[in-house]
Amino acid sequence: MTQFLQQIINGLSLGSIYALIALGYTMVYGILKLINFAHGEVFMVGAYTGFYAAGALGVAGFEAKSQGFPLYLALLVLIIAMAAAALLGMTIEFLAYRPVRSAPRLTPLITAIGVSLFLQNAGMLLFSPNPQRYPAILSEVRFEVFGVIVTNIKLTIFAVALCLMLGLHLFVQRTWTGRAMRALSFNIDAARLMGIDTNRVIRATFAIGSALAAAGGILFGLDQITINPLMGMLTGLKAFVAAVLGGIGSIPGAVIGGLLIGLAEQLTAGYLSPEYRDAITFVILILILLLKPEGLLGVLRVEKV
Amino acid sequence: MRILRRTLISGLCATALASAISCKKSPADSTGSAAEAGEIVVGHYASMTGSTAHFGQDTDRGVRLAIEEANAQGGVLGKKLKLVTLDTRGDSAEAANAVNRLIDVEKVSAVLGEVASSLSLAGGRVAQRRKIPMISPTSTNPKVTEVGDYIFRVCFIDPFQGKVMAIFARNNLKFDKVAILKDVKNDYSIGLADAFQKAFSAAGGTIVVEQSYSQGDTDFSAQVTAIRGTAAQAVFVPGYYSEVGTIARTADRLGLKVPLLGGDGWDSPDLFKIGGDAINGSYFSDHFAPDVASAKSQAFVANFSKKYGQAPTGLGALGYEAALVLIDAIKRAGKNDPSAIRDAIAATKDFEGVTGKITIDAQRNPQKSAVVLKVEAGKAKFETSIAP
Repeated sequence: MTQFLQQIINGLSLGSIYALIALGYTMVYGILKLINFAHGEVFMVGAYTGFYAAGALGVAGFEAKSQGFPLYLALLVLIIAMAAAALLGMTIEFLAYRPVRSAPRLTPLITAIGVSLFLQNAGMLLFSPNPQRYPAILSEVRFEVFGVIVTNIKLTIFAVALCLMLGLHLFVQRTWTGRAMRALSFNIDAARLMGIDTNRVIRATFAIGSALAAAGGILFGLDQITINPLMGMLTGLKAFVAAVLGGIGSIPGAVIGGLLIGLAEQLTAGYLSPEYRDAITFVILILILLLKPEGLLGVLRVEKV
Repeated sequence: MRILRRTLISGLCATALASAISCKKSPADSTGSAAEAGEIVVGHYASMTGSTAHFGQDTDRGVRLAIEEANAQGGVLGKKLKLVTLDTRGDSAEAANAVNRLIDVEKVSAVLGEVASSLSLAGGRVAQRRKIPMISPTSTNPKVTEVGDYIFRVCFIDPFQGKVMAIFARNNLKFDKVAILKDVKNDYSIGLADAFQKAFSAAGGTIVVEQSYSQGDTDFSAQVTAIRGTAAQAVFVPGYYSEVGTIARTADRLGLKVPLLGGDGWDSPDLFKIGGDAINGSYFSDHFAPDVASAKSQAFVANFSKKYGQAPTGLGALGYEAALVLIDAIKRAGKNDPSAIRDAIAATKDFEGVTGKITIDAQRNPQKSAVVLKVEAGKAKFETSIAP
């Protein structure tokens, strides 16, 4: 029982990271009907920006003296990484997706894969392909509740993910830009006719999605101990599956999908065999595409010709 | 809805295709192309980048040092030696490509490499087919030299290394319950785990649980949680340093407070960088302990440290060793001819190397003993030595 609860805790923290990344996929898909395959790499760049920002702010010094990294500096690292990723997201949109936005749907998809491969290899060149240990931005505190070990890192992952997702929900529901995003996802041409600057809204969507991925990247580094330039590949695909599972285009769907994928993966690894941990995600993808292609919370939209 | 489904599926297919295409080869450090007259070209293929980059880089430093020292003493057979290193990125298809390239383009007389057994198997098949002698510095899987009569090594083999750690756990540490956590994508890890299991059970111990992971995994919490639920007194993790470091920290974080045991795949400064305090108190078997060694190896440690600014790992020592055995064989062969060099390597007897005395046996493996190192305060220290 203790073991089961421990696996659940581990699964939920992994799942909330997937959820943060899945939000970026789902927002972009909702508006542009584009699967932004470079999103996993934005997540990777976010993690590395956090890594270098923490280094520049002297995390090694605190570690050497075995002092905790001050909380305000940790928040600063988070903000720097999110800002850098937002900038990267907007740049990718401007350089790679905007010129082909009106092309057939397969064109931007291939462009996205190209950007993804470019960033992976650029990452290996710039950051070195060796796995790096993630700095202790958050010094670890351990609690034991009925034999189940919970660390403040896992709690922070839930808390940060929850706050960001709640913030996103409020943003989309309550602000003018959020309303414009929803309008675009409903009908982009009609939105433009109503006087919405669609380019600006699309840029904002990429910025927000990328910033969330960067937060996911830092949490991932803290949780998984090491990062490497190819970390975005599989994690990105899994988050994408999470978005499809929840219903691509649906924000609450992405959150639920992320948590479910995290749990499924962890329980499979714990009780079936760790060799199936990656396979289970894609089994879920195949099942959902066969049985309920609109996802758990997605809306079935009929395409009219 | 059909449109959505089609986009998703085509998207996935495209990603799969793109990742297949992206695996191009990248030579790392080739210092020239075809062999010139008056030179003996030696090839080295190694993982200079990727998740086992330290293996390749350390080994290459040892090889390079041996070649430079031989050239400084006037070369071999009146000719200079030339070293060409190609990168395998830790990928077995790349390893086969690299060996083909060394033979076809660089016209090498002999090949050194790889560190990882899976890669040596891939490269060894090419070398055997082309009848170019190959010495693997550090591949410990028995299958490597079974590829054929042109394939040699200068390190002990997995069954021995697994046995050493089993004997050590049972007799020195007096443990009777041990868990195993092995990398199922890695021939080396599987080989060590099998040998450990047999020897430990034969010595009266019990393997309480066997868990696995795949190379490249970053999350080990499920496995560690499962092991924590058992009465294991130690965990045998015969993996590579980057994963082992992460496993040690995960174990520490999830409250699994038992020593980890492992093999020479742990041997890298990155183990301490990634593992931090969590790796202290663990043990691993290795080829070479820099803190206790013979006069010849002391000289090697001094020269290596002078040239590279850090002490050699076991891999650096074995890279150096493999190159020494090869140079000695070329001298005894008396000519720059692959099959004569092969015969001379096979006849190596009581060769005084830096990791011990080497005699190549009929299976083309050396007979030598292993050391067990203990990790203390971020350093590996000599614990004991176990003979075959």
